[in-house]
Amino acid sequence: MGGYGFFVWTSYGVFFAVLLFSVLAPVIRRRSLARELREQWAVDARRREAR
Amino acid sequence: MGALLARDLRLALRRRSEALTPVLFLVIVATLFPLGLGPDLERLAAIAPGVIWVAALLAALLSLNQLFHADLRDGTLEQLVISRWPLPALAVVKVLAHWLVSGLPLAIVAPLLALAYNLPGDAVAAMLLSLLLGTPILSFIGAIGVALSVGLRRGGMFLALLVLPLYVPVLIFATAAVAASAAGLPAASHLYLLGALLALSLSAAPFAIAAALRISLA
Amino acid sequence: MNKLILWFHKTGSPEYFYRLAGRLIPWFAAAFGVLLVWGIYQGLWVAPPDYQQGDSYRIIFIHVPAAWMSLFIYVAMCVAGFIGLVWRIKVMEVIAMASAPIGAAFTLITLITGALWGKPMWGAYWVWDARLTSELILWFIYLGIIGLYRAIEDRRAAARAASLLALVGLVNIPIIHFSVEWWTTLHQGSTVKMFGESAIDTRMLVPLLVMAVATKFYYAMNVLQRARVLLLEQEGTKTWARKVLEVQEVTS
Repeated sequence: MGGYGFFVWTSYGVFFAVLLFSVLAPVIRRRSLARELREQWAVDARRREAR
Repeated sequence: MGALLARDLRLALRRRSEALTPVLFLVIVATLFPLGLGPDLERLAAIAPGVIWVAALLAALLSLNQLFHADLRDGTLEQLVISRWPLPALAVVKVLAHWLVSGLPLAIVAPLLALAYNLPGDAVAAMLLSLLLGTPILSFIGAIGVALSVGLRRGGMFLALLVLPLYVPVLIFATAAVAASAAGLPAASHLYLLGALLALSLSAAPFAIAAALRISLA
Repeated sequence: MNKLILWFHKTGSPEYFYRLAGRLIPWFAAAFGVLLVWGIYQGLWVAPPDYQQGDSYRIIFIHVPAAWMSLFIYVAMCVAGFIGLVWRIKVMEVIAMASAPIGAAFTLITLITGALWGKPMWGAYWVWDARLTSELILWFIYLGIIGLYRAIEDRRAAARAASLLALVGLVNIPIIHFSVEWWTTLHQGSTVKMFGESAIDTRMLVPLLVMAVATKFYYAMNVLQRARVLLLEQEGTKTWARKVLEVQEVTS
């Protein structure tokens, strides 16, 4: 890259890294949300049975 | 509404030490810079517009804590929101009271500091005018930020994040006015721009403050 | 015409929107992928080196589209936020809030690539030029909106407060930009040109425009992804949300 390799490749790298992170964030959040909600439903179901 | 103004002023007078904090902050910060940079009068005069205005701006930011929080705690804020008076008008009154107690003192003290920083007389006058125009803008814009965050437990730094970007144009035009004056150039055009910002804040901010209060208290 | 209005009303329903968005995301992802590959190929291999800047200018194929997106997303966020604020439509609130982190991401890319381009071009990573300084302030505004949304417990009130803040920022951004640009002419004199006197070569324009369109598809894909998750967070107790999450458990 005519000596400017560091600058160009880091720029493209930052671009991909940030966008990849932004795509993965909702996926990860959805999984943890599903886990949280299922635990909550299990707790609710057990409470109802106990009565 | 005159009663609201009187009440706010009376309450502020009772909590005098709290009301003086912003001015104290301004003076302390303005004292620290020469201590940190050296007393060279020429350099002080060069940095004075920016340093004193930034200190005043941060002091104004500090003073925002007094704006709606006490009223939220004692229930007055809710009363204001559901009262039959138009909320934007009440917002103007509250901000005006706040400015009289915190902004106006800053506008009076800062020019004295400008003298200590060896600014020429014209520039000191420009400093005073820029603060008289600028501090109300800071109060109005700041009030929007306070209204949005009034119920939150987060620290004052969060309010700073909300409000400082909006303060930038005021800072730029105000310091330009003082710097121009110090260089012997007319400051009028910059002060006119500040005046325009003040007019915009006066007309638009009260509605934003009212909307924000309704959202925060819903 | 009636069908269109009916469809609009349907999209206001969280459940319908969730499913519709789910069907659209793969298409947007594919469009983004294709345009991204094409744009980068054009930008890094087909476009010739710049007369003055050599190969370092190739950063613009990232920097400029990212800067455009930082502003485009802000406006989109405000439009959705305004509709959500005025008509209390949950789906619009969620789209607005989902947009904020994406806008902040593109603003961050703009800032970093701007600094990386500035070093070979002007000799320093940060020169306080008007555009970058305005972008920095825009980044703080995005962070404030995201922070405010996260700080308020009631999700709908949080969305309304953050939308109001975004709209206040919208009025201020032109003023901030104008004042900062004016401030640079005060202190630096000449304005910095991106390309010098020559008109931009078509071979440089193509990858720029391709990347500009590609990033729009990325935004469309990502905002729908995030909006779906935000809706699940708020509607978690509803039957349709349960069904969605339980189906996921079976398949995963």
